[in-house]
Amino acid sequence: MSTRIFGSGIKRREDPRLITGEARYTDDIKLPGVLHMAVVRSPYAHANIVSIDSSAAEAMDGVVAVYTGDDLEGLAGLPTAWLIPDSDLKTPEHPALAKGKARYVGDGVAIVLAGDRYQAQDAADAVVVEYEELPAVIDPEEAAQEGAPLIHDDVEGNIAFKWAPFDKEASDAVFEAADVVVSERILQQRLLPTAMEPRSAMAQYNPATAELTLWCTSQNPHIHRFIISAVTGLNENKVRVIAPEVGGGFGSKIPCYPDEALVSWAAMQLGVPVKWTETRSENYLITIHGRDHVQHVDMAASSDGKILGVRATVYAGMGGYLSTAAPGIPTILHGLLYVGPYTIDSVYCESIGVMTNGTPTDAYRGAGRPEATFLLERMIDNVAKKIGMDPAEVRRKNLIPAFEDGYDVAAGLTYDSGDYPVAFEKALGMAGYGEFRRQQKSAAAQGRYLGIGVTAYTEMCGLGPSQVAGAVGFQGGLWESATVRVTPTGKVQALIGASPHGQGSETTLAQIIADELGFAVDDIEVIHGDTTETPMGWGTYGSRTTPVTGAALAKASQKLKEKAKTLAAHLMEASEDDIEYADGSFSVKGSPDQTQSIQDVALMAHLAWNMPEGMDPGFEESQFYDPPNFVFPFGTHIAIVEVDSETGEIELQRYIAVDDCGPQINPEIVAGQIHGGVVQGIAQALCEGVIYDENGQLLTGTMMDYCMPKADMFPNFELGETVTPSPHHPVGVKGVGETGTIASTPTVYNAVLDALAPLGVEQIDMPLTSAKVWQAIQDANGGGS
Amino acid sequence: MWPNKFDYVRAGSVDEALASAAGGGKFLAGGHSLLPAMKLRLDSPEQLIDIGRIPELQGISANGGLTIGAGTTHDAIASSADVQAMCSALASACGQVGDQGVRNFGTLGGNIAHADPASDPPTVLVACGATINIQGADGKRSVGAEDFFIDLFETALDDGELITSVSLPNCSDCQCAYVKFPHPASRYAIVGVAVCLKMDGDTCAQADVAVGGATVKAVKCADAEAALAGTTLDEAALNAAAEAVKADIAEDLIGDIAYPESYRQQMAGVFLKRAIAAAQG
Repeated sequence: MSTRIFGSGIKRREDPRLITGEARYTDDIKLPGVLHMAVVRSPYAHANIVSIDSSAAEAMDGVVAVYTGDDLEGLAGLPTAWLIPDSDLKTPEHPALAKGKARYVGDGVAIVLAGDRYQAQDAADAVVVEYEELPAVIDPEEAAQEGAPLIHDDVEGNIAFKWAPFDKEASDAVFEAADVVVSERILQQRLLPTAMEPRSAMAQYNPATAELTLWCTSQNPHIHRFIISAVTGLNENKVRVIAPEVGGGFGSKIPCYPDEALVSWAAMQLGVPVKWTETRSENYLITIHGRDHVQHVDMAASSDGKILGVRATVYAGMGGYLSTAAPGIPTILHGLLYVGPYTIDSVYCESIGVMTNGTPTDAYRGAGRPEATFLLERMIDNVAKKIGMDPAEVRRKNLIPAFEDGYDVAAGLTYDSGDYPVAFEKALGMAGYGEFRRQQKSAAAQGRYLGIGVTAYTEMCGLGPSQVAGAVGFQGGLWESATVRVTPTGKVQALIGASPHGQGSETTLAQIIADELGFAVDDIEVIHGDTTETPMGWGTYGSRTTPVTGAALAKASQKLKEKAKTLAAHLMEASEDDIEYADGSFSVKGSPDQTQSIQDVALMAHLAWNMPEGMDPGFEESQFYDPPNFVFPFGTHIAIVEVDSETGEIELQRYIAVDDCGPQINPEIVAGQIHGGVVQGIAQALCEGVIYDENGQLLTGTMMDYCMPKADMFPNFELGETVTPSPHHPVGVKGVGETGTIASTPTVYNAVLDALAPLGVEQIDMPLTSAKVWQAIQDANGGGS
Repeated sequence: MWPNKFDYVRAGSVDEALASAAGGGKFLAGGHSLLPAMKLRLDSPEQLIDIGRIPELQGISANGGLTIGAGTTHDAIASSADVQAMCSALASACGQVGDQGVRNFGTLGGNIAHADPASDPPTVLVACGATINIQGADGKRSVGAEDFFIDLFETALDDGELITSVSLPNCSDCQCAYVKFPHPASRYAIVGVAVCLKMDGDTCAQADVAVGGATVKAVKCADAEAALAGTTLDEAALNAAAEAVKADIAEDLIGDIAYPESYRQQMAGVFLKRAIAAAQG
């Protein structure tokens, strides 16, 4: 093909509506007669609900109904949809409104339905709930100890699951025989996903047809349809879920929450539409949090820097209930990544899912993989320090050599393709690693503290083969489907089951189709987010939409091209073998004047006046695509920082990211994904972190206290790339939505600790706020100031 | 995000505003402190008296000293050539309040009436010896900035009184600066230090120092001032002042879980030195 739109950094087609404010989000949709729902939420992290008096609220202007947990007849509890096998998993009941007991601050206790949002809030404030406060526990390791407050009667010891799939004896033997063992207790602090658009849900029920329509902020409307059908008892074909414009998710819009079930149930009860939109304060209180691990990690190595094994015991905080996919995050998406890009032959992970009185946790950008990459990279720096070898050299020594089609690792995965050393050396070259080490020494002589952090990573994404999903207890498939439909005038509607929400997929996916079929990108609309309009799909998360949906679209387009070729040959009365194709046009070998454009063919397929024998009319193809394996993007990131020893402030001076996601469909969008991911990951290292007090009250409940990253914290990122196609993907691409978040946290953390090494500081819990860094410097100097 | 019900009146003059205030409620100027509190239902006044369009509260006049109308926005103060000339520390502090959107709406009078301990302008007003001019039902009065700020969100204003303007001496022959260590989340001051140095050749004839952010209110720091006055601001003097300032603020410290009192106290010393360097720069 002479011209390719694949590989071109065209502007995102979704941006004009997004940046001019013309995009239509759930809360923008107005229905006549809608009632507004406000939720009365527990102010206690753990409390028995003694009584609820809603009489005053019910008497207030505009109030139509007040319901408590006991009123929700016919509404089942929220299911957990990732049931990890061989883990003794307990799934405590998660009613849409707490019954008898509230288990975290923000747990819903009652709902108020009123004519406007103010009336609803006023009435919610007037519901009188008497609580009996119980002792609360937030730290997952503490919650797993004997004597901790019991959160669910049917989850003994608060332990929801224990997952330890690897051979412990073999691991122990490696550690016993090793020259060097390093250990660290690592805290992966809780993080708030903070999508720009808070969550929102509106339901409308038609009693005559028994059909429910739910508009909601979802990354996976087909999964929401399935769950809403299950909790309301409506047939799945009577539930339509629409995710209109969705303003980011980062994983937080995967789960089905009580709020979506409640508006659906209330709309069915009352026969009028019901809407709920969370405030930012509610978003921070009740929308899932990410991470929350206490990890006890060991790494074994030889004295010359060969890494022999890694093992960890992980206490993963689940919060008050098990959210939709929560058990899968600190297990399947975590422990299977313990090899990273290295030749580590022994891994062991015991992951303990612990109920706490925190907000439920679930997938947050990277989901399990950042927590794995961090511990590997942190421990490698610890090994390097212990044996007196440069940390980059330790990594170089252990990288898996290049491979093109399959590499089995000790954690049980088969990586698809990789050339880690090339990306690694490229990043070191961009950073001027050797020169930096010299600068660092001369700066130290002047009392300045510079540091460098290097992370080599790979990760599994493009989730994933459905057979694997089944084997690991995911209660769904992980394939995608797509339909490429060409109208009679030659315009394309691409219908997909996935549900992009800011990633630029309407552009990227159109580029795939344009390249396969020769349509202009502007003639292709990518349609998503409506379970009635679009074919089935499992959603947008796990960096899977480009790899999986993209593959389905590429294959559907290829099928359409085959049909077009046959029809073009028929129309030009030529043999199909003599048909040549270029840039959306078919011609006959040797007679270049005779052509049929793809648009001509589409029209003739619709008219069906002159079809070849046996060919059906119409011009559309559908494709289900179940990937044969995950995809494994990889790369190396490097950070250079300076620490102000007077204040503990950290200046991030340079950030270098070399990433390999296979061939880049749109380099601008790839760069955007890396920028955003890197920023979120660095923020975990430097400033973001949920803080609860000892009673389980959220102290970082607003952006005044919870530190979202800001543009002026960052230098211009220096991006590089290598290109290693995935051998099993139709167009070779790998996911890139999460790589930045996965790689950047340990990169910056290790850079800061490298800078602090001359001061004797060895460990600081994230985030590395100036106060903590300063205190660590004082403590290392012999305490006090 | 859904405030309680309230009444709203717009006042055309100070007299009208004061008359309305007789019925209770709160004055609304730029609204950038009050409205967020109302949206969170942390504050629920029954009436808002909008003083945002009263002409007599607007503007900056330079006549020997500075008189700044209480309704003047932070942006107008930060970009005023007169303020930059006569009290560059105040221009700097007002230029560091919130973000540009906040500075376009937020006013000096509203800011100091709210008396957020982590706010920037009060620290400069205390250091530079500003006077707060107040009008109430009983007439006009003036209070020195140091006496105006009493405690966390507490000032010398009585119910129904309105700040009309703030006066500052001409400080154009001083070296003054405001340096802030911003909280990374809110960008309010973890600690903010204002200095105003009167130099006689190489010798510091008089030093005025105030600290905010780390304290319940902007605090004038007499010990630090004494450590600086009469010196050439050499390293020994700076170190002595940095130690002294920690004692000056010891009784008034505040902190939060991320940036505790002890850290803020230490940082006051560091940032005092940085403020002096900025003033001399």
